[in-house]
Amino acid sequence: MSRPLIEARDVRVTFDIHRPSDLPWTPPAQLHAVNGVSFTLEPGQTLGIVGESGCGKSTLARALIRMLPASGQVIWQDGTDLLTLSPRQMLKYRSEIQMIFQDPLASLNPRMTVGDIIAEPLRTHRPGMSAKERKDKVRAVMERVGLLPNQINRYPHEFSGGQCQRIGIARALVVEPKLLICDEPVSALDVSIQAQVIGLLEELRRDLGLTIIFIAHDLSVVKHLSDEVMVLYLGRMMEKASSDELFAEPRHPYTQALLSAVPIPDPKIEKTKQVIPLDGDLPSPMAPPKGCVFRTRCPKAQAICETVPADHLTGSHHTACHFAGETVSA
Amino acid sequence: MVIDSQKMKSLAEATSREDVAGRSLWADARRRFFRNKAAMFGLVLLVFVSLFALLGNSIAQWSNEEIDFSVMGMVAEQGGPSLSNGHYFGTDDLGRDLFARTVQGTQISLAVGIIGSAIAVVVGTIYGATAGYFGGRLDNFMMRAVDILLAIPYMFVLILLLVMYGRSITMLFVGVGLISWLEMSRIVRGQTLTLKGREYIEAARAIGVPAPVIIRRHILPNLIGVVTVFATLLVPNMILTESFISFLGLGVQEPMTSLGALISEGAGTIAYGTLWQLAFPLLFFVLTLFGFFFVGDGLRDALDPKDR
Ligand SMILES: Nc1ncnc2c1ncn2[C@@H]1O[C@H](COP(=O)(O)OP(=O)(O)O)[C@@H](O)[C@H]1O
Ligand code: SF4
Ligand SMILES: [Mg+2]
Repeated sequence: MSRPLIEARDVRVTFDIHRPSDLPWTPPAQLHAVNGVSFTLEPGQTLGIVGESGCGKSTLARALIRMLPASGQVIWQDGTDLLTLSPRQMLKYRSEIQMIFQDPLASLNPRMTVGDIIAEPLRTHRPGMSAKERKDKVRAVMERVGLLPNQINRYPHEFSGGQCQRIGIARALVVEPKLLICDEPVSALDVSIQAQVIGLLEELRRDLGLTIIFIAHDLSVVKHLSDEVMVLYLGRMMEKASSDELFAEPRHPYTQALLSAVPIPDPKIEKTKQVIPLDGDLPSPMAPPKGCVFRTRCPKAQAICETVPADHLTGSHHTACHFAGETVSA
Repeated sequence: MVIDSQKMKSLAEATSREDVAGRSLWADARRRFFRNKAAMFGLVLLVFVSLFALLGNSIAQWSNEEIDFSVMGMVAEQGGPSLSNGHYFGTDDLGRDLFARTVQGTQISLAVGIIGSAIAVVVGTIYGATAGYFGGRLDNFMMRAVDILLAIPYMFVLILLLVMYGRSITMLFVGVGLISWLEMSRIVRGQTLTLKGREYIEAARAIGVPAPVIIRRHILPNLIGVVTVFATLLVPNMILTESFISFLGLGVQEPMTSLGALISEGAGTIAYGTLWQLAFPLLFFVLTLFGFFFVGDGLRDALDPKDR
């Protein structure tokens, strides 16, 4: 059996928050943006990460590629723990892991031409490449993602949002990475464009054998793309299972609520289905509820939920709930 | 139909073969700038003043130190502006040609302004971008140093320097250069902090682009707008600083002069009816300041829209 491409073990990211009202010697408040996340991702598989805005999805992605200090382990295919590497040692892995960002236009330098933007990873990781080779490579990858190669001298503001995201994808793919991390790549796009970009990612995954971590705040977006799905809430994993299982039989009340809000294309089912409301606001991540973090909004919360944390994840279908598996009674 | 679709196809191929030229933000800004009437007016003023400073000496009939003995002692009556004796702007109190002196004074004032501003651009940008990009303790240390330097009454220090080391142009440049970069470094640091949070910087970091390259390739080009505007507006400030020092009598040394010194002399003799001695230097002084302010404003309007 092949080794997983990447394996995260108990990854945690904690921010020190200095409030303006604090005195200099007050210890900073701690925000656990990512709290004990683990997963295993086999080559060629796609992991979908879903959760509301602010639940730590971007922070997790940034921790994986060492953009933030994190604790835990992130084991790469060759057995290296990425979190222990020096910046210089990490450089080698940066060409194998590429990222696509949420805001397509903002992730492109407005002063650079598309050609220069896409060539940037090549300049960094293939310094021996001649300018001619680099240009050919850029044109090829532009064509691959559905951009006209003759647009190579244009600037980002001359493109639409969907095209900008294609530029971002081209930049990520030009160094032929093994792992592609997509941080809400379609959230900022129109619905019709979303489908195109997801279609493109699907196609690329199939043709290039990419391994993908796909982040979204909406279950419907990850449904078709993912092999595995992880649901995050306040930096914690609520449920993690294969995509088929999670969509067919969601166990965690949070997943069930999220799933009930996803529109179903069939109007008959759509009319009869029940939407489980998520009451109340998202608690502050600075002061998460004791016991089960979801209990303030959980329709099934019991007394035990207030005191005992529900972080026991077992088996291949992980669920952080004392009453996992029971269906919600209305 | 068949012919049509073939035509379309060949057309599509033709258009896709030629590389399309991009329209950079700079090109956009340039267009906006040249459409701005006030900025163009300012530019015309600056061109006029610069030509005057550069070419004025070839028109002048006198040098800036020669004393015209035919008007000496009767400056109020005979030293007025006149084409016949070659004193286009009249003479100063000693009988020296005011035209030549204004040309020379404009040169000095422009040089002080531009050099002071250039020092600010180079030192302030590097300093501010470094502090802003690396942040943390380095930033703290670097910016506290700037705070401390800014807290020193620099005019006092400058005057002290000029008194101690004697009045010289070099000293003036050094003094002006020492202070001009402080404010610039603050502005650049602030802008760098903003830029650092942008996603494309994060993208570059994720790719593994080394920090110096990120600063050069991603931060600096996006700072140019702010820096240009501030530098343009800094020039008149430097000119004003120099004028003030000259007004105090501590500026450049005779027979060299600057607009500030000329204005000071002109103002001192106004009671004797020699209005031209004040009017001409003041005119060029005002034209220069207006020119820079208008151009700076125009640049700000032209370069800003992207950052909105
Ligand atoms: N650099 C930071 N400093 C302090 N807090 C941060 C920082 N980045 C993110 N956070 C906090 O961490 C939490 C998770 O943020 P994020 O990962 O961006 O969420 P998501 O991507 O899921 O919307 C949020 O509460 C956010 O306020
Ligand atoms: S542990 Fe209790 S509060 Fe938490 S999700 Fe399960 S039922 Fe709800
Ligand atoms: Mg995010």
